[in-house]
Amino acid sequence: MPNVSVTINGVTTSVREGVTILDSCKTAGVEIPTLCYHPDLSLAGNCRMCLVEVEGWKTLAIACVTPVTPNMVINTHSKKVRHARRTVLKLLLAAHNVNCPECERNKNCELQELAEKHNITFNEYQTSPKPSSIEEVSPGIMRDNSRCIMCTRCVRTCEELQSVAVIRPVGRSASVNISTFMDLGLNNVPCTQCGQCINRCPTGALFETSEIRQVWEAIEDPEKFVVVQTAPAIRVGIAEALGLPTDRTTGKMVAAIRGLGFDRVLDTDFTADLTIIEEGHELISRLKKVLVDGDTDTALPMTTSCSPGWIKFIEHKYPDLLPNVSSCKSPQQMFGALSKTYLAGKEGVDPSKVICVSIMPCTAKKYEKERPEMRDSGYKDVDYVLTTRELASMIQEAGIDFDNLHDEKYDRWMGDSTGAAVIFGATGGVMEAALRTAYEIVTGQEIPFEGLNIIPVRGMEGIKDAAITMPDKMASGFEFLAGVTLKVAVVHGLANTRKLMDKVRAGEVDYHFIEIMACPGGCLGGGGQPIPTNPTVRKKRSDAIYEEDAVLHFRKSHANPEIQLLYAEFLKEPLGHKSHELLHTHYTKRD
Amino acid sequence: MSEKRILTAAEQPEAGAALKKSLEMTKADVVFEVRESNMRGRGGAGFPTGVKWNLAGAASGANKMVICNADEGEPGTFKDKLLLEKYASKLLEGMTIGGYAIGSSQGIIYLRAEYPYLVPGIMKVREELISKNFLGEGILGTDFSFDVEIRMGAGAYVCGEETSLIESLEGKRGEPRNKPPFPVNSGYLSRPTIVNNVETFVSVPYIILNGSEWYQDLGIGSCTGTKLFSISGDVENPGVYEFQMGSTIGELLEVAGVKDVQAVQVGGASGTTISAGELDRKLSFEDLPPGGSVIVFNSSRNMMDVLENFLEFFVHESCGQCAPCREGNVRLLDTARAIRGGKITSREELKPFFMLAEVMKLGSKCGLGQTSPNCFVDIITKFIDFPDGKGGM
Ligand SMILES: Cc1cc2nc3c(=O)[nH]c(=O)nc-3n(C[C@H](O)[C@H](O)[C@H](O)COP(=O)(O)O)c2cc1C
Ligand code: SF4
Repeated sequence: MPNVSVTINGVTTSVREGVTILDSCKTAGVEIPTLCYHPDLSLAGNCRMCLVEVEGWKTLAIACVTPVTPNMVINTHSKKVRHARRTVLKLLLAAHNVNCPECERNKNCELQELAEKHNITFNEYQTSPKPSSIEEVSPGIMRDNSRCIMCTRCVRTCEELQSVAVIRPVGRSASVNISTFMDLGLNNVPCTQCGQCINRCPTGALFETSEIRQVWEAIEDPEKFVVVQTAPAIRVGIAEALGLPTDRTTGKMVAAIRGLGFDRVLDTDFTADLTIIEEGHELISRLKKVLVDGDTDTALPMTTSCSPGWIKFIEHKYPDLLPNVSSCKSPQQMFGALSKTYLAGKEGVDPSKVICVSIMPCTAKKYEKERPEMRDSGYKDVDYVLTTRELASMIQEAGIDFDNLHDEKYDRWMGDSTGAAVIFGATGGVMEAALRTAYEIVTGQEIPFEGLNIIPVRGMEGIKDAAITMPDKMASGFEFLAGVTLKVAVVHGLANTRKLMDKVRAGEVDYHFIEIMACPGGCLGGGGQPIPTNPTVRKKRSDAIYEEDAVLHFRKSHANPEIQLLYAEFLKEPLGHKSHELLHTHYTKRD
Repeated sequence: MSEKRILTAAEQPEAGAALKKSLEMTKADVVFEVRESNMRGRGGAGFPTGVKWNLAGAASGANKMVICNADEGEPGTFKDKLLLEKYASKLLEGMTIGGYAIGSSQGIIYLRAEYPYLVPGIMKVREELISKNFLGEGILGTDFSFDVEIRMGAGAYVCGEETSLIESLEGKRGEPRNKPPFPVNSGYLSRPTIVNNVETFVSVPYIILNGSEWYQDLGIGSCTGTKLFSISGDVENPGVYEFQMGSTIGELLEVAGVKDVQAVQVGGASGTTISAGELDRKLSFEDLPPGGSVIVFNSSRNMMDVLENFLEFFVHESCGQCAPCREGNVRLLDTARAIRGGKITSREELKPFFMLAEVMKLGSKCGLGQTSPNCFVDIITKFIDFPDGKGGM
């Protein structure tokens, strides 16, 4: 596209023909307020906040959708525009439950921010205050339609990024609202509980089902032994959730959590490493069954199973492919099962007194812990799940000065981490961790990538793949893999997943192993992570994760000393009897 | 200007005559003729039909579409029904000429949900035209093929808006799209598409047969041709009348037999409300945008009843997609009720709502929200007295 000349507020500049007025104004340093616009989504043009005046137009133009044309004369704060913006904003506020102090998104709300910027101190269009109306309750996600401004970002997220499409506008005019098929509720439709809609809601209409109260009560109960596990992606999200710059803050995070009064602060990274060992062996065993035994019942490609949103998605949409999913529980659930067996033994506490809390970047984890099969310890394996945002809110409530904390270390038995576990938080991380370990198991040598960095599986491309050819010389017992080219793929976001799984179903691809994460960017972009999310934010979190990997002493899951101890003392061997009892699971076909 | 029957004349040109003539012309010449006629779309917005066809003809993209907007949802409008009932042959001929002109072989009539009983009649005409080779494969021995199917509307007023209509045809929720892209470039299933009103298509054969100069001589200035009006309300002879563009509203009312006029609503609920003092205004896009309906209110009518009625209609019919229309119409209705209830008693208190009306006109996504405040502004300005003067700002 050639460049064209446009005039913005009297200043003539040159921009690429066809870019939107919004983008050209951004380039020119002119900010235009938006609400329904989101960089991850298609353009809706329904909030009408970004109205601007274009010379020669009868009506105002919306900047987010309208492309610039040669010699366009744009005015972004004429009297007309200013009146229109203020009026639209007041209309949205009038239709909104303006009870900011009682809202999860107080101080992090795009509508509130615009109201402040536009100095809306009086609203002529306010009729009666809108009462709260919780329309949706599900294990991970709640919706209060009294806060909804009908921007449809959630609808577009669900459909475009996740290809789940379970929420839609229903009704017309002022009684239009976002709902599920036949008003059944998120819990009764194929919602994956991924929470991506929450992350893109400009207001507090969508939020996680909170368990903060229950966690405080457990901490305050002297009878209970409350252990907490922190997922890999939390350590690059918590600072952001507290309003600080994105950074890896593992030590401060441990100190803050300990400061809240948990009895033990432990790491989901530990069970991430465990997942790699179990899943790696499962993959090798499947390869052997197919390549050596000629077993036609064994499904390949094998897919990962740590993302509960992905699990719910496949249970609904590709139930025929469930045999392809690894039987490994997710790291959260492995941790839960071990906390009430292995850890209780190590700590000498009554497992019935153990309360397992996890801090997750994810709302689907709240759903996952409620699955009936997740009780192999004899108890509910994981009692409560808090999102990164909920943890931040507890830290703030406790008055902890996060930024000035000294780094602290995790407690023992299930607190050791490796770089391999940390990168679980980014798309491609599980694959990289698995390859680092599996390659070494079968060849006896380190994977031949410089610094163990398997670059082809990293990055934000929707679907990535790689092929690794095994050497001729293999470790004893794995000779059947000599010279075999292992084909792997990595996918994130369920819309991308659907594309890939359609190919898997049709037999169009011959991968052996696929990493699948429900959320764009992987867990670092999870539905429980700080808001906002966008490509820039996700890139920063991803950079922080790979930095953490680079500085950790152990970079391979099988090198984790506490994992070695766990196998020596408790599990005995990968895929052994105890593993099957506590660490593996099965799935359910849903329609 | 005066009443003049062309589309509804007793003597009608032979079916297929205009099509035959069109097929002997180049596509470009057909478009040229329509463009030169200056005919503007009869569905309300008044976009020049020839310009639209030219854009669609020039657009790149396969499987171009010809869509007839027969949703006729504007309250008080029933002129398209008459055309569909009695002049379906001219409609199909006009659509076929449109198809030839833009390079399309596929037409759809999007028929108002309340008109299913018209389907057999239209289908019968279609059969006849096919049997005469005026429709179907290889029309009149050329390699041009064209056929038309009927799809039933979704029963919502907003589905008459062309992009919403297209969404509805695609099986989606009937909500207006953002423009650009315009349907001429990316319409039904992203194909180049022309959407025209029934009356627009019906007019085409006459333009082709008699030439653009003849058409230009009808009407005034850039508002050419004749136009159908559905006249209803407090009139002696309600019905559909055909007048030249540029006729005055007074001429119209005289023919329809109106004695006592307090107000006339021109162009449906979203049109213009005029008072008895404005009867010499001309029905044209420059003065009184004509639309399809003329509703007369005599002096016994309470104009606030009328206003409330219109606003209730818009509150009900807004698709709810964009903020100014979704929230604005409700506020305007509340305000109208507050005036009646004596809660608003001065012009001063009305100011924010006139501002709201202006923002709705300027900032709504589609024509519904852009025109729904017209009745509020007109009726309050022209018919309501406040201690501090008439209602307007
Ligand atoms: C809310 C709304 C309802 C409309 N309803 C109709 C209708 O019922 N029939 C119609 O022909 N045009 C209707 N239109 C106008 C169409 O959007 C479009 O302009 C028209 O079909 C184009 O055809 P024309 O150029 O032949 O008039 C409506 C527009 C709006 C905004
Ligand atoms: S103006 Fe009204 S009808 Fe049109 S898109 Fe907006 S809400 Fe829908």
